[in-house]
Amino acid sequence: MIYMKHKGKDVYMVSGGVTKFAKATPDMDFRLRVKKAFDYSLNDANLTLHDIDGSVASYFADHFQRQLMSGIMAQDYLGLTPKPSKRVEGGGATGGLAFQTGFEEVASGRMDVCAVYGFETMSHVNTWKGNEFIALASDTNFDYPVGGFYTGYYAMMANRHMHEFGTTVEQLAKVSVKNHGNALHNPYSQSPMKITVEDVRNSPMVATPLTRLDVCTMSDGAAVAILASEEKAFEISDHPVKVASIGTGTDTMRLSDRPFGKVPLLANEKESDYRNLKYPGIHSFRAGRTAAKEAYEGAGITDPLEEIDLVELHDAYTSSEIQTYEDLGLCKYGEGGNFIDEGKSSLHGKVPVNPSGGLLASGHPVGATGIMQAVFMFWQLQHSVKKHFHDEALQIKNAKRGLIHSHAGTGTYVTVSIMEAVK
Amino acid sequence: MTLNPNAKMEETQKGTEVYNVDPLIVKSHYEIDYIHSYAQDSEFFRALGKKKIMGSKCKNKDCGYVYATPRGHCMMCGSETEWHELPNHGKIHAFTTCYFGSEEFLPETPFHLVMVEFEGVNSLFMARLIGADEEDLHIGMPIRAKFRRNLRFSPTDVYFVPDVPK
Repeated sequence: MIYMKHKGKDVYMVSGGVTKFAKATPDMDFRLRVKKAFDYSLNDANLTLHDIDGSVASYFADHFQRQLMSGIMAQDYLGLTPKPSKRVEGGGATGGLAFQTGFEEVASGRMDVCAVYGFETMSHVNTWKGNEFIALASDTNFDYPVGGFYTGYYAMMANRHMHEFGTTVEQLAKVSVKNHGNALHNPYSQSPMKITVEDVRNSPMVATPLTRLDVCTMSDGAAVAILASEEKAFEISDHPVKVASIGTGTDTMRLSDRPFGKVPLLANEKESDYRNLKYPGIHSFRAGRTAAKEAYEGAGITDPLEEIDLVELHDAYTSSEIQTYEDLGLCKYGEGGNFIDEGKSSLHGKVPVNPSGGLLASGHPVGATGIMQAVFMFWQLQHSVKKHFHDEALQIKNAKRGLIHSHAGTGTYVTVSIMEAVK
Repeated sequence: MTLNPNAKMEETQKGTEVYNVDPLIVKSHYEIDYIHSYAQDSEFFRALGKKKIMGSKCKNKDCGYVYATPRGHCMMCGSETEWHELPNHGKIHAFTTCYFGSEEFLPETPFHLVMVEFEGVNSLFMARLIGADEEDLHIGMPIRAKFRRNLRFSPTDVYFVPDVPK
């Protein structure tokens, strides 16, 4: 594949804002939450409404509030009408897809400054009804009526990953310990926790082998990213962050349809690495690998572990963080369990993964999540974590190039975007 | 023509359930019956009544991909598929036991969910498994299909049990 035949204009992120994610925030509706994150991002870059050329709205499920066209309600509340806007939706990857749509609006030259806003209100239904809505994002002829539960689907993938590669439940638990622990220093996070591997294993079983602490929560929240062309970016900010490349992959809706073929190799892999591996099966995410490959080719990355300083990835489940280390080529397929054991993804490890606490601890208000990752990455690469968190424990000292990763369904849409500090 | 300044909305006792007053949080009810067509997948559901699991096979002779979960067109080459009867015996490819679930299935927990692999078939099939405890399940375990007598026209009209002598 040739990366982006017409690359378009360079795109920068110039500001961002996030609300504190919480189980329920009934004192604010989604419009007010978006407004708070939006105003934070405008104020941080001394922007006004007039500077915004248009927007992209990011939200997943109309069911959660039984309100269709929420996007235009946010656009309206923000005072952005009659400027151009559209809604982007793709399950759990909604935020990542919307961020990339904002990138495209600027790269195409259509907009100089584009606001990408994401939100979800999950507190208007109980947790089990919420799980039912989410499960409707599986084939309603063949999958929903049988299982109807995403943790069940991920549990089977984890079960198979353990079978193929010897991954252990303790390795999964270590992801939970790491991400909940990182969140202790993130004031925006929903579930900061100092826990142990034993705590994770002793928490209630949801679907074997995944316990309550292996699984992210339902959240209310909003996040905003402001993207700009090169000329505008340096007018607006002394410290814009370049969005160096984007990559997107897809896979079959049904887990049962995943093929058993060959690994699409990254620059640092060879066919002999995976002689006996039937790929992706249900142990790996071909969409994640495809997205990474496109993004790496666009940014000229040939050795991800050496060339990426930090990662914010979609850890809806501890198991999917380990699976994603491999899809992103931070290690070879099968080595994800060792990667966490060796501490490579810890806060002071080789490549810190989810220093914010990820979805497991920050929360997962679906449409906001992928944009939240962009905002946290933006602050890391601006070296402004202390300013925004009032705590610098999570600031990665050498942060020059970061990767954000957003993921839908059982791995149906996956986005990878590479962001780079310019100074 | 009517112009009545004394018009008054009828007063009823149909109140609203209130959870909280500040902010004001009320109950809002919603339910719906769908007229759901299985469309090109219909034969799969009908065949379960004849104790048959129908997958599909790509008609393109150069492809011939066989799907355990049917689909009208082949994802490998885009050709049309034809119905293809699957064996009633398979193996566990992956499994879990769900202790929680969506609201609709919460009363059925805990239940086992399995991905089934069939000999000579290229893709998998998701199903419930009964007749075994959690600790009895393992990848590669031989299992066989059973069928409900009273159909619900749901994919759970077929389910799996351990393939051991009765």
